[in-house]
Amino acid sequence: MDELLEKLSNARGVAGQEGEVRAILREELASHVEDITVDSIGNLIARKRGSNEEGQQRVMLAAHMDEVGGMVMRRNSDGTLNFRSVGGLDPRILPGKRVTIGASAVPGVIMRAPHAARSSKRVMPITELLIDTGGAGGIVPGDMVTFESSYEQYGQLLKGKSFDDRVGCYILAELLKSEFACELVGVFTVQEEIGLRGAGVAAYAVQPDVAVALEGTVADDLPRQEDISPTTELGKGPAISVMDRSAHADRRLVRILTETADAHDIPWQFKQPGVGGTDVGSIHLARGGVPAVAVAVPCRYIHTPAALMDPADVRDTIQLMSKALAGPLGRPLGAERS
Amino acid sequence: MRELIEELCSVYGPSGQEERISEAIAPHLDGLVDEVRSDRLGNLIAVKHPTDGGGNGKRIMLAAHMDEIGVMVTHVDAQGFCRFTTIGGVLTSSLIGNRVEFANGVEGAFGLEGSAIARERPTLQKLFLDVGATGKEDAQVQVGDTAVFRSSFGAVGDRLFAANLDDRIGCAVLIQALRELESSPHEILAVFTVQEEVGTRGATTAGYGLEPEIMLAIDVTATGDFPQATPMEVALGKGPAIKIMDRRMIAHPMVRSWLESAAQTHEIPYQLEVLEYGTTDAAAVQVSRAGVPAGTVSIPCRYVHTPSQVADCNDARNAVRLLVNALSSELP
Amino acid sequence: MTSDSLPSETDIFSLLKELSETPGVSGQEERVRACISDHLAPLVDELRTDTLGNHTGYKRGADVPVGRIMLAAHMDEIGLIVTRLEQGFLRFAPVGGVDLGALPAQEVMVHGRDDLPGLIASRPPHVLSVEERGKPFTQAELFIDVGLPADALARSVSVGDFVSVRQSASRLGNGQATGKALDNRVSVVVLLEALRLLQRRSHAWDIFAVVTVQEEIGLRGAKTATFEVAPDVGIALDVAYAEQPGAAADEALPMGCGPAIGLGPNIHPVLKGLLVSTAERNEIPHTVEALPGNSGTDAWAMQISQSGIPTALISVPIRNMHTPVESVALKDIERSARLLAEAICDLPDDLSALALDNQG
Repeated sequence: MDELLEKLSNARGVAGQEGEVRAILREELASHVEDITVDSIGNLIARKRGSNEEGQQRVMLAAHMDEVGGMVMRRNSDGTLNFRSVGGLDPRILPGKRVTIGASAVPGVIMRAPHAARSSKRVMPITELLIDTGGAGGIVPGDMVTFESSYEQYGQLLKGKSFDDRVGCYILAELLKSEFACELVGVFTVQEEIGLRGAGVAAYAVQPDVAVALEGTVADDLPRQEDISPTTELGKGPAISVMDRSAHADRRLVRILTETADAHDIPWQFKQPGVGGTDVGSIHLARGGVPAVAVAVPCRYIHTPAALMDPADVRDTIQLMSKALAGPLGRPLGAERS
Repeated sequence: MRELIEELCSVYGPSGQEERISEAIAPHLDGLVDEVRSDRLGNLIAVKHPTDGGGNGKRIMLAAHMDEIGVMVTHVDAQGFCRFTTIGGVLTSSLIGNRVEFANGVEGAFGLEGSAIARERPTLQKLFLDVGATGKEDAQVQVGDTAVFRSSFGAVGDRLFAANLDDRIGCAVLIQALRELESSPHEILAVFTVQEEVGTRGATTAGYGLEPEIMLAIDVTATGDFPQATPMEVALGKGPAIKIMDRRMIAHPMVRSWLESAAQTHEIPYQLEVLEYGTTDAAAVQVSRAGVPAGTVSIPCRYVHTPSQVADCNDARNAVRLLVNALSSELP
Repeated sequence: MTSDSLPSETDIFSLLKELSETPGVSGQEERVRACISDHLAPLVDELRTDTLGNHTGYKRGADVPVGRIMLAAHMDEIGLIVTRLEQGFLRFAPVGGVDLGALPAQEVMVHGRDDLPGLIASRPPHVLSVEERGKPFTQAELFIDVGLPADALARSVSVGDFVSVRQSASRLGNGQATGKALDNRVSVVVLLEALRLLQRRSHAWDIFAVVTVQEEIGLRGAKTATFEVAPDVGIALDVAYAEQPGAAADEALPMGCGPAIGLGPNIHPVLKGLLVSTAERNEIPHTVEALPGNSGTDAWAMQISQSGIPTALISVPIRNMHTPVESVALKDIERSARLLAEAICDLPDDLSALALDNQG
């Protein structure tokens, strides 16, 4: 859909090693924002003062740069590598996958023994999985492990790795290219996948009036017998979080988003409450508290080598955020909470 | 006291939606304090300036949480049944046979897939809510709506029964203490906090915003006084408990001795509490900014986090006395 | 033979990559056959495709040939087949011994009206209970997602369409390579490279170089091809389990130590002896693979064709067999090709030399 999204999706960066993603965003945004800095933990903070009209406030938008992946723990005498996950990986999807290792992107495979594993009724934990690089040199403990996967069109959808949360980074970058009356602070956060760690630091420094986290989130819309929640569904618009494991959304912000969407005929959906967590979890607890909400693009198969999302949902999320920032999201919240 | 507890227990206020309980508490603070305000997360803050002491007082934050546990609708199916997730530490084993109430007054009854009777502790995936709908179209609730446990308030002598004594009894104790506190050398920051049940979130931001020098939580605690209870010293009717330790906090020794000496001086019955699970708002504030000496005055309560909680009104009365006497005195 | 006539690792990888990335699920081998045929044509005198799809290159021996040797390397690969369209997703069944444990989140190619890239879909762990997450996926829990709505999907895909794994081949460290369908494209490369080496050599025997079909679903192609060719000697070319953590130690072979020469009831002992002595005389590193019963290769079918065929087996060890990340030491491919070419030149001038009773 866009060259920037492709570059962001293909870029490699697990928690603590987000440099490649940061460099892409920094270059992309340098000419669009007034100020762009990197803080001590690695968050990329881009500021736009806005037109400073009366009654406008400081809005922080956050999208995390890190992706789930792994870290090399040990190189064994036979050249195979032990690794652990950095962020949440489902060990059931790992065997037989191609990975790239370290800054120089050494190719490797997650091994799958032909006999024992196949007959096993048990899930092999990550501690029992090994990466084989053919014994390639130049790999040391601490090197990151990322899935080898590339961005492309799949039918009417987009396929790529790390849409969680490179799609949020993409949306945030696009929003920062527009002009709004309110002060906008775009924060590309680090270490979301290992405990929302970058966003809290950023929110403390930025001291926003309100904050919105932009995410790629779980869609569970596979065929099924049971009439249960699909968490989110592709093609039904941005997913707004009311409550997840990390935070209760500020209900005033939820209302602003849903009313803005309705007013502009933008489809939207509530994400299934109680599932997952976002940078809102740490942002809303910064200092004396920050009203905050998360808006996400539904993605199937996040936390695997290849996720799928609907480009219409990406466009609708940008549209919703643009309208909201130009409207009530840029102005102070009323006292009425519900 | 009892009337106040009953009144507060009747108000809807799940974590994240404390507006109604906040509005119910605010009028009780009229005339008792110098300032009442809400912060950005919705904590209700009442400030009472020092009335004597010549500047030897401290800024003391008192916190009782307004929120209660509940459930939130995650999906409404074609037949109108609702799947739900929990808000706070809801025990799925206590749901069957109980009812909930939504903000709009809609009632909900819990159902279990396959059978009305759980043979073992059901998982959340197996449970649903019947909200009186015949289909998705006429369901009066939607995804994101929240319900709280409701059972009628009851009393047998001094023993009180309600679904949300945790922590409306603490809110009542805090209001009553403000009523009875005639003078204090301290700046009192009485905070009715939000979102305690989902991770002491309101206290985290209020603690940062208020910068107290001392902090006390007023909350319920578990007891060890029923058949085969997990061994614990605390029992109903033996006075408020002064917390020594819980899962996330060791009470500051100075705070503990301040409370103990107030109780001893005024012959208020009290117990010492070591709680092996759970925590209170004090744990969050204790580590706010550069740290705050913190403690907790606990009201013993049986069956916490179930829809039928039992406490003793005398423990609440004595908790008020303990607070009033401690706050009237200077710190050790 | 001079050393500069030997194929380089780069040449071998480039051929292997092309073959590995061309789809050819058992029963639908047309595309891989066409690809192989392009490489085979200049190396042989005649080409023929039989009724099942086996493809045979005939290379003439001496004017009065001593005998007919059949070389068999199966060209089919394991894959999937569409069993049902469901709400915009595809249900599937395995074709051959697919390792279900390596499927979730794997990219595939659905060979419908056109090729449609897709991936193996499963429910996200975020919404599953701890108990559910602790169990391996079953086939019923997996779908293929090609990113099309139900109506567009129905126009492009139908029940019975084949699905292959979509995975590029890539080089690893130390002369190793990884990719899908290395079982058995590795052996197709061995076959082609051996024929290339034989271009400058004289061999008395007629060579029937057969790339077979449907090996992965029961050695079906080799059965009919052997009947058709009616060879005097057969050599099957396949892959074997390489040593790796978790592999059964007694049947795994070291990787990078040369081809494995099969040994056991499926193997003709005189032929096996000829292969070993050829390897030793030419200083080709090799190992021996003990096969107590069914070798699970085309050799098993060849041996009992018509009135029986003296059969041997040359195997290249690969890791992670029947997953999308099979890997091989490229050196072993080159050594297998050399062993095969030399052995063909070393075949006896008289068929009676293969008689079992000569062996005492």
